[in-house]
Amino acid sequence: MAASFDASKPIYKQLASQMYWRILREEWKPGEKLPSVRDTAVEFGVNPNTVSKTYSEMERDGVVETKRGQGTFVTENKEVLFKLRESLKQEQISQFTKEMKAMGFSAEDILSGVEHYLKGEDHD
Amino acid sequence: MIELHGVCKSYRRKKAADDINFTLPEGSGIVGVIGANGSGKSTLLKLIAGLARPDKGSIRFNGDKVTRRTSSEIAYLPEMESYYSFYTVKEMIDFYASQFPDFNREKAADMIAFMNIEEKSKIKSLSKGNRGRVKIMLALSRDASVVLMDEPLSGLDPMVKESIVKGLISYIDVEKQTVLLTTHELGEVEPLLDQVMLMKEGKVLAWEYTEDIRLKHGLSTVEWMKSHYEIKEAAYE
Repeated sequence: MAASFDASKPIYKQLASQMYWRILREEWKPGEKLPSVRDTAVEFGVNPNTVSKTYSEMERDGVVETKRGQGTFVTENKEVLFKLRESLKQEQISQFTKEMKAMGFSAEDILSGVEHYLKGEDHD
Repeated sequence: MIELHGVCKSYRRKKAADDINFTLPEGSGIVGVIGANGSGKSTLLKLIAGLARPDKGSIRFNGDKVTRRTSSEIAYLPEMESYYSFYTVKEMIDFYASQFPDFNREKAADMIAFMNIEEKSKIKSLSKGNRGRVKIMLALSRDASVVLMDEPLSGLDPMVKESIVKGLISYIDVEKQTVLLTTHELGEVEPLLDQVMLMKEGKVLAWEYTEDIRLKHGLSTVEWMKSHYEIKEAAYE
């Protein structure tokens, strides 16, 4: 129950996003073994079936590989990891932009706002 | 496999089960039985456990009619406390092991360590939370293909609930076991459930995979439950 989930999105997808986040931050490095389905289920407080589904989803995306009898491992394929990084970036940008536009900000407003924010952050 | 055909059960005039029909194959995972108080959740579990007899209809477990005898293959955890308070945890485990051939001592020892309970403690000296943990431990230590749990989390504080939920995840074999658990506090267990069965006035009002509720309807289980109640109420007007 370490994690809380958005009510309307399938938990297995939300869990996959959290796992991708860990992979990108290299909490789990390329070639490293992921925790077992049951351990992950206990950590996140979800049904083990859900974790299995998450792992299959990640396998379909090519981000992890399952070796029979050994477990699930983070891929060592640099291209796949690069693509994952890019697609998560796009996802974040698109969500942020949508929200800003919904609040009535123009492209210039958004860009200058971001620029300003980044500069400010540098001074901290 | 559990099969119910036209099952009815009344207490006095109140219908606790009103023409219930369903089949639950082996390894159905964790099924949450939800609904308001008095909707028939507990009765449903008792009927499947063989502890209450239907007035009409049939209940089968792996093809056999449910009786006291099949109850040795179905683990049932009642809502109330049902053990001898003067026993120690160890004695309680011995008692269960003597009663149920499917009782797995190794699993019990594991769970006791996992839940931080002393084997030597007398049940009556345990806190409410630890008694809750012992109850769960006893039910889950059986290698039963069907586990029925009536309100396993009711009346416990959040910390205890969390440890019990983790215990459930660790010790249920979702591929082989079917777990039916009733709850009116959906929040804590929602991420645990494979399926939800919604009951009202002794009937099964709706039944879905939790994932479909989110994926197809874009709803949380609570919203889904409310929407079904509203449809029903609108139909009465």
